[in-house]
Amino acid sequence: MNIKELPDIEYIISGTGACAGCPSTIGLRLVGKALGENAICLLTPSCAVASMGMTPKTCYSFPALNICFASAGASGGAISMALDALYAKKKLEGEKPVVFAWVGDGGTYDIGFQGLSAAAERNDDFIFFCYNNEAYSNTGNQRSGATPQYVPTTTSPLGKEMVQKNVPLIMLEHRPPYVATASLAYPLDFYRKVEKAKKIKGFRYIEIHMPCCTSWKFPASETIEISRLAIRTGSWLLWEAENGKLNLNGVTADLAAGKRKPLPVEEYLKAQGRYAWLLNSPDKDYYIGNIENNIRRELEFMAGRAKL
Amino acid sequence: MDKKIVQPISRPVIGAGGLTGTWRTHRPVVDPSLCNACLLCWIYCPEAVISREDRTIDYTYCKGCGICAAECPRKAIHMEREESR
Amino acid sequence: MTKIFDSGNAACALAVRDVGVDFVAAYPITPQTSVVEKIASYIAEGEMDAKYLPVESEHSAASAVAAASAVGARVFTATSSQGLLYMHEILHYAAGGRLPIVMANVNRAVNMPWCLYVDHQDAVSQRDTGWIQLFAASNQEIYDTVILAYKVAEEVQIPVMVNYDGFLVSHSSMPFETLEPSKIQEFLPPLNPAWRLHPQWGGTFGNVTPSEEYVPYRYALTEDLKKAGEVIMRCLKEYEKLTGRWHGGYFETYRPEGAEYFLFSMGSMGKEMEIAVDLLREQGIAAAGLRLRVFNPFPEEELAALLPAGAKLLVFDRNLVYGSAGGALLQLAKAALFNRRDSLQVTGISLGLGGEDLPASVLVAKAREMMEVCK
Repeated sequence: MNIKELPDIEYIISGTGACAGCPSTIGLRLVGKALGENAICLLTPSCAVASMGMTPKTCYSFPALNICFASAGASGGAISMALDALYAKKKLEGEKPVVFAWVGDGGTYDIGFQGLSAAAERNDDFIFFCYNNEAYSNTGNQRSGATPQYVPTTTSPLGKEMVQKNVPLIMLEHRPPYVATASLAYPLDFYRKVEKAKKIKGFRYIEIHMPCCTSWKFPASETIEISRLAIRTGSWLLWEAENGKLNLNGVTADLAAGKRKPLPVEEYLKAQGRYAWLLNSPDKDYYIGNIENNIRRELEFMAGRAKL
Repeated sequence: MDKKIVQPISRPVIGAGGLTGTWRTHRPVVDPSLCNACLLCWIYCPEAVISREDRTIDYTYCKGCGICAAECPRKAIHMEREESR
Repeated sequence: MTKIFDSGNAACALAVRDVGVDFVAAYPITPQTSVVEKIASYIAEGEMDAKYLPVESEHSAASAVAAASAVGARVFTATSSQGLLYMHEILHYAAGGRLPIVMANVNRAVNMPWCLYVDHQDAVSQRDTGWIQLFAASNQEIYDTVILAYKVAEEVQIPVMVNYDGFLVSHSSMPFETLEPSKIQEFLPPLNPAWRLHPQWGGTFGNVTPSEEYVPYRYALTEDLKKAGEVIMRCLKEYEKLTGRWHGGYFETYRPEGAEYFLFSMGSMGKEMEIAVDLLREQGIAAAGLRLRVFNPFPEEELAALLPAGAKLLVFDRNLVYGSAGGALLQLAKAALFNRRDSLQVTGISLGLGGEDLPASVLVAKAREMMEVCK
């Protein structure tokens, strides 16, 4: 698959309310090309909702239901199951649409976490996309369970004390049919994963790294470059798993196998204003040391996990 | 019985976020002589304003984010300051 | 038509089975649990052709049925007390989103303190979410009201809550009759909404809405909720023609002829009130029972029209409006009767909270106390 073979269909209609350089709309465009027209989306409060246009207008060409913040897990599964009932009883004709949820890290890691875990455990038949910008960006950059260690936000002004949750890993250990991570720096890898997910029945979880220029404080034009640096430094890992069987992808696989050294994480940090305080701190080496230790740990962990 | 739609429904329309072209301070300008139609700018545009066919840009909605210019492998796109802003 | 001798929860589950629901999602809570257990077993045994999502909380149960309803499925959920409270934001969502959900709420007191027994605080505290609220007091009435609820919900596109008392009714076995599927289909047409969440219908549901767009939706809901009363009455009369059964309109009245004192209540208390009325009548007091069946939309005009000049309305609330003189029925009755210019009087108490036992003797004693107030 190369870019020129990507379908024409556009889930995004120009003139959205998103910030210039927003990765969410880029992500949705790729999702749309993989999932096609016969799809139904479930949305919870997040950037993608705040920017989708106000009643009666929207910038999304796909049918979508906006529901309460904590409801993604339950509602995604319910839509899918209700469709099953209606198609089985012939109350609807044709092919059942693919059901997907497009949820921010808040609705996945925090307020929606219970529902997410339950949906995975029940093996509800839909694709749960978490588009992760590592904060509550929609409401002005408050900390979330996905915010990395040391990152200052409006509700963690001195820098977040704890490391972020690893929800893709938690999902991996629910062992649903498909779990994957993705990056916009590798759009065809993302496209491939969505296409693959579309063909699988049961619960599928795909988390995409979403560098947010507004909250992370970098120029809008660098959204893709920051995504790339995240992968090359090992700050974001690319992998996929079917029924708990893990495969690392691309650069991540090479980093984990030691075939390639990760780029020094400072390259990634210095490109983002949210780490400026750390880079200017007298304890900078201590913090960077911790971050790199964590990266090493995660790579070693995932390399070992991939052997199971 | 013909029921009225009583739910709060929205329909897809261009410019749902307004005339977003007015947001930008810089506009991307494509040099067709350098372009090799790799389509990276097309797929990376958050607003889908770059034409797949010929890389013309819908400046009514282009926000001037500059991702296209940053990602173009041929440096065929450069960002020009908007004169009137 | 089958004759059954079983609990209120069983009656509810059978109605859900017979109505032809497409999708059920529910979370167990005492005293609702056997409703969902029975439904799960009907589905597992092939008696009921529906899908069941075993959700992990009531908030998720409500979210699930709301989303399923948006797709155009006929849905059901059930809960009580804390579960109902946990659903609260979705209750608003469903009413404002005009989703024809039917939910059974088995009335139970709310925490703190923790109590498993009946009172109406759970339902009453959700009054302003925009749901239609009906109260059933016998197992036959539960069965009939659940079926009615679907017809009303789908016609007016407002969700309906069918309330009945926890343990007193939910766990009491009474004889009742079910309805043949053909008769139910006569009464209840297939669900065919004007809009569905589906690529063939398109559109997004529930975007952020600016003020000027928001306002009409709010007024539409309250207007349609008011008009729903007439729809409920019309459907009740249709149902009576179909089955010969009539539990009452907005009210079930007991011995209203020549009455001076009207003993006003909701739920199973209203049935026990019949015995209290008989006792008072024996003592020469012109008492009548007035059991409210439609809590929301509250029948203001019908109550005002029903009470003769100089009547005394004695309100028995099984709930509290904290900081006020009594409960919700007292407030609603006073508001409804405000424009009466005769010597009509209204007084009320709250009792039976936390499942406090209310035999007829207690009701008689309380009625007499209230009659003193009205002197």
